[in-house]
Amino acid sequence: MAASTSPPVDLSAALVLAPPTAAEWLVVLPVAWCLTFGALLVMMRRSIRLHPTITIVGLAGLVGIDALLLLEIIRNGPMTMVMGRWLPPFGIAFTADLTGALFAFVAALVALAAGIFSIADINDSGRRYGFYPLLLVLMAGVSGAFLTGDIFNLYVWFEVLLISSFGLLVLGSEHEQIDGTVKYGFLNLVATTLFLVATGYLYAVFGTLNMADIARKAEGLRSNAPLMTLAGLYTLAFGMKAAAFPVNFWLPASYHTPRVVVSALFAGLLTKVGIYALIRVMVMLFPVEREELSFVLAIAGSLTMIVGVLGALAQSDFRRLLGFLIISGIGSILAGIAVGGPGGIGGAIFYALHSMLVMTALYFASGIAMRLGASASIVTLAGLYRRHVGFAALSLMLCFAVSGLPPFSGFWPKVMLVKAALDIGAWWLAAVLLLAGFLTTIATGRLFLLAYWRDGAVAIGETPPLPATTLAPLAALTLLTLVLGLYPEPLLATIQDAAAGLADPSAYGESVFPGGWPQ
Amino acid sequence: MEAWFALLVGIFFTVAVYLMLSKFIIRVLLGVAVLGNAVNLLIFTGGRLTREVPPVIAGDAEVLAGPAANALPQALILTAIVISFSFFAFLLVLSWRAYDDLKTDNTDEMRVAEPVNEPAPPLGY
Repeated sequence: MAASTSPPVDLSAALVLAPPTAAEWLVVLPVAWCLTFGALLVMMRRSIRLHPTITIVGLAGLVGIDALLLLEIIRNGPMTMVMGRWLPPFGIAFTADLTGALFAFVAALVALAAGIFSIADINDSGRRYGFYPLLLVLMAGVSGAFLTGDIFNLYVWFEVLLISSFGLLVLGSEHEQIDGTVKYGFLNLVATTLFLVATGYLYAVFGTLNMADIARKAEGLRSNAPLMTLAGLYTLAFGMKAAAFPVNFWLPASYHTPRVVVSALFAGLLTKVGIYALIRVMVMLFPVEREELSFVLAIAGSLTMIVGVLGALAQSDFRRLLGFLIISGIGSILAGIAVGGPGGIGGAIFYALHSMLVMTALYFASGIAMRLGASASIVTLAGLYRRHVGFAALSLMLCFAVSGLPPFSGFWPKVMLVKAALDIGAWWLAAVLLLAGFLTTIATGRLFLLAYWRDGAVAIGETPPLPATTLAPLAALTLLTLVLGLYPEPLLATIQDAAAGLADPSAYGESVFPGGWPQ
Repeated sequence: MEAWFALLVGIFFTVAVYLMLSKFIIRVLLGVAVLGNAVNLLIFTGGRLTREVPPVIAGDAEVLAGPAANALPQALILTAIVISFSFFAFLLVLSWRAYDDLKTDNTDEMRVAEPVNEPAPPLGY
């Protein structure tokens, strides 16, 4: 081919040769950082004593990177990093906007708390089986899912976090865990396969996988392409991931079986990745279809809330009760997506961030309760209040927060959601939101009454020691919910911007296609 | 050709759903494997099936001469095959362990994590 006769082709339109700025690296750094630390820990499998320290350093670094990314996006708007400088729609773009950066930042906080909690919770055999590498690879998958700007890439990150979550779930190989993992594994695999089905159709219809490109092209294709089918498939796939009502049964079957810290991590991260993907696809890519599906979403959300909280009322196991509370929270977020508008979407994002913090902290509390009371059942747990007053106070605060009572972080999203529902005249949805909050208060109130308040048969002197590494992350997350409840203005303002950015993705598109959208 | 492929994908999906509705884990697993292949065929069909024109742009042209098959779905399927294969391997081992530990491959009898007839939570103290 030496004597090529091809005319000179102007490649400048497809390639950008300028090096990326330092700030742009922040978009991919969370993923690369976690993968690097994960790989490092896999190589150091003989020195498992060092694993927790390295993991905590890595996760603290991740919190820092995500904080910098968030600040940068608040200042300059969405940012895009393109692999190999192949421009979208051909290259795979990592695009971070406010919503993605907020989720990634809170996810990193939760993971750091879980990393600290794990010191006392994961024994040597857990470390030998690779808890810490799996945790870091899970975080790589979660960060990738929050920061990617490409639908197929999102699928790949889903699979990365799924395979590491299988590993974490089955860590310990008890009968219960194997049973839970079978159900979790099969159902989640079916959900991601549905996601892939939807993505296959999406590519056939749009000929592109870049989210900004899809958001732009959707308008022109709406009249004659089966976009409603796509939106429906995505709703089903992500609804299953997020444990929404008719497809939620894998969650209570599996979340109470692994190590406490694994439950806490899953409660904080995995369902919220599904919710984030649902918000991203339904609000940003298919706004018209979201509007048309809103009644279905509202019904699904209401049923999820009620079924979740009724399930929580019927449980006597601390952690299974919490599993149903996660589901109930997902219902509130779905209600927000159904209502739409800045209030609904903002409320949904706020509720999701709040739920990440609170559910993780509640699972930490269940672990400490099991340690103090030597039981996981609220039939036999008793007298925790007398065992450890500080822990009981923190748990009570979390019970308030998850019920949506002031002055904790659950209050504001609930107000936003109820107000948004009333504003569009969906009084019944507002009523269900309030009823779910009321029933949650009863469920957590009964939990507190039985496990903490009731006089225990065991004498106070026998209290086992409580390592500071278990109490500190619990206290930190609880104080964070209190601070967010008392002073929500900065977060509220950011979330309003994030919701506005989803509703009008022109800044997002501008960041992916700096020279204007190609024809 | 698309119509035949669509029919084939439909048959794959039918078989996969039928197998996944089974009570026995190994059949569910086979259903998942078939489902993965159904999706791969779906993506493949989504990228147009044209045998005649290769998706290569001639030296003196800027765009393809005629309607050609899209090459990207093959890359997507490659990714999806690797992923679904690794998941299949994991779930196969998991199923074996579950059969070994729980002494059953009937999902109705797998009630370790969610026992039947659990006592209700206390109504008062």
